[in-house]
Amino acid sequence: MAKQVPDTRNVGKDAMTPEGTVNRAALAAIFNPEDLNALEMALQMKDRIGNARVEVLTMGPQRAADVIREAMFRGADGGYLLSGREFAGSDTLATSYALSCALRKINPDIIVAGRQAIDGDTAQVGPQVAEKLDLPQVTYAEELVDINDSEITIKRRLERGSEVVVAPLPAVITVNASAKECRPRNAKRVMKFKYALATSEMATADDKAKGFIEERPYLHIVEFAAADVNPDPEQLGLSGSPTKVKKIENVVFQAKEAKTLTSEDADIEALMVELIAGHTLG
Amino acid sequence: MNNVFVYIEIEEQQIADVSLELLTKGRELANTLGVKLEAVVAGNNVKGLAPELAKYGADTVWVADDEIFAPFRTLPHTAVMVGLIKQEQPQIVLFGATPVGRDFAPRVSSALHSGLTADCTELVIGEHKDPKSGKEYDSLLYQIRPAFGGNIIATIVNPECRPQMATVREGVMRKEEVATPAAGELREIGWKPMVKDTDLAVRIVERHIEERKINIKGASIIVAGGYGVGSKEGFKLVHELADVLGGEVGASRAAVDAGFTEHERQIGQTGVTVRPKLYIACGISGQIQHTAGMDGSAMIVSINTDPAAPINKIADYAITGSVEEVIPKMIKYYKQNSK
Repeated sequence: MAKQVPDTRNVGKDAMTPEGTVNRAALAAIFNPEDLNALEMALQMKDRIGNARVEVLTMGPQRAADVIREAMFRGADGGYLLSGREFAGSDTLATSYALSCALRKINPDIIVAGRQAIDGDTAQVGPQVAEKLDLPQVTYAEELVDINDSEITIKRRLERGSEVVVAPLPAVITVNASAKECRPRNAKRVMKFKYALATSEMATADDKAKGFIEERPYLHIVEFAAADVNPDPEQLGLSGSPTKVKKIENVVFQAKEAKTLTSEDADIEALMVELIAGHTLG
Repeated sequence: MNNVFVYIEIEEQQIADVSLELLTKGRELANTLGVKLEAVVAGNNVKGLAPELAKYGADTVWVADDEIFAPFRTLPHTAVMVGLIKQEQPQIVLFGATPVGRDFAPRVSSALHSGLTADCTELVIGEHKDPKSGKEYDSLLYQIRPAFGGNIIATIVNPECRPQMATVREGVMRKEEVATPAAGELREIGWKPMVKDTDLAVRIVERHIEERKINIKGASIIVAGGYGVGSKEGFKLVHELADVLGGEVGASRAAVDAGFTEHERQIGQTGVTVRPKLYIACGISGQIQHTAGMDGSAMIVSINTDPAAPINKIADYAITGSVEEVIPKMIKYYKQNSK
């Protein structure tokens, strides 16, 4: 599972509008960083097992298919885009419900995801999906130790330290940023998969592109609408979200009187003398 | 019934600080609501912890005591928490936003189909009117947290689903013993029917606990570096100043993400919260997700090339200049003027 997120880590000066609201258009959409660590771990599993496929599931608007293409460039074999207006306004619980419906349909042997996404930092979706599918989970995964047909051995991070756990398969694994970085794009794979399109993207593509993909089924990114994954509509989107946003405040820093100093020697010396005199520095 | 619950996290037979901090906050919420505060402990040989929990205001201490509960594993703890919540119907349940709380609290929320708000920085009781249905609620838990990379502060409520659940990071709330210890009445959780055999399927085969090497939480002076420090090399200057002043080195998330320093040093919403006597912010712009973790500092000095950096709005002294230029001067004049 992977998510396309706004790059909240590189918030530039134009990220806020003059009115003080978030200017989403100014934030680049990127592959959620820990989902890349997750992709790497999934690819390592495939490397060890041999006969396996790595597929990427993402939920989002049509442009989120970029995440699947990026994963294909780095080693994924295929992907699924879960997209529809029904999912709008989902909190983590409604999101994990929707993803779990899609996963029931896909029926994978192992589900790997990043620990958390940088636009929410909640780390909830992985464990919530595991619960909905009644699967065991291993969170904060840092290293794939071993895998066979029935069990996976993972080293995971603790608050202070680490532990190695063995979980029966199928299971949900969420991967920490401290795990191995994702392998880069492979030039051959970029050539092979750059024309991959999701179903709704194909609808607006020209006939040549359509024909090209029809001859090469591996370039077709499967797109699920809500109805395709047989959900209970009450559990989707806003109505399926127990948490409601009561209020949003833009962050306005309360100005207090800061003494402005230059980097001149006299200013710095005066400051240090003052801090020492006031016993702030011993 | 409908009380306030706090999940108590145990590390090597010790109660985690965050759990005591949550008891202090939970006590305040329970007093506002006129209900009881109940602590929930799952572990091995943990019954003796009840008096300590009572000191922090727990009226009741629920215990599931068995070797299957230690060390922590997701599924047995989830099963006990879900089972007890169904039985006791609390209105609020609080968890530490630690790797343990962040691992299993989402599972609890998923099993109960109730909302969970991660990493709250404030919890208060307030009224609410649903804008659509017009339905009014007297006393909901306002779960307040920075969102969207810290550019906004969101107040989240769970109008319809119970319990209302939230996680809070260590150090965000204060811990404080109550004037007279609460009753701390020990009650055993009837956990055997709650835990299935399959809940024990994940095995821990190896475990290493490291000593906490870096203690920025306890430091009275913190010199923190941000993305503006520019490099790992640049961080050496930050360390130098901290050493000279007898302080610890902290960092913003941007500096940690850029690989300038260790994750353990990260201060802010997704790191630790600190309240030192002196905070020197070096090349830190001052996004809310950082300032949320340090704005309780008694004195803030900022060094930034940009005089309009947001950090300067909360600083007591704002030095306009580069880190490379200013830090050596601070070291020089500190050494010259201190005894």
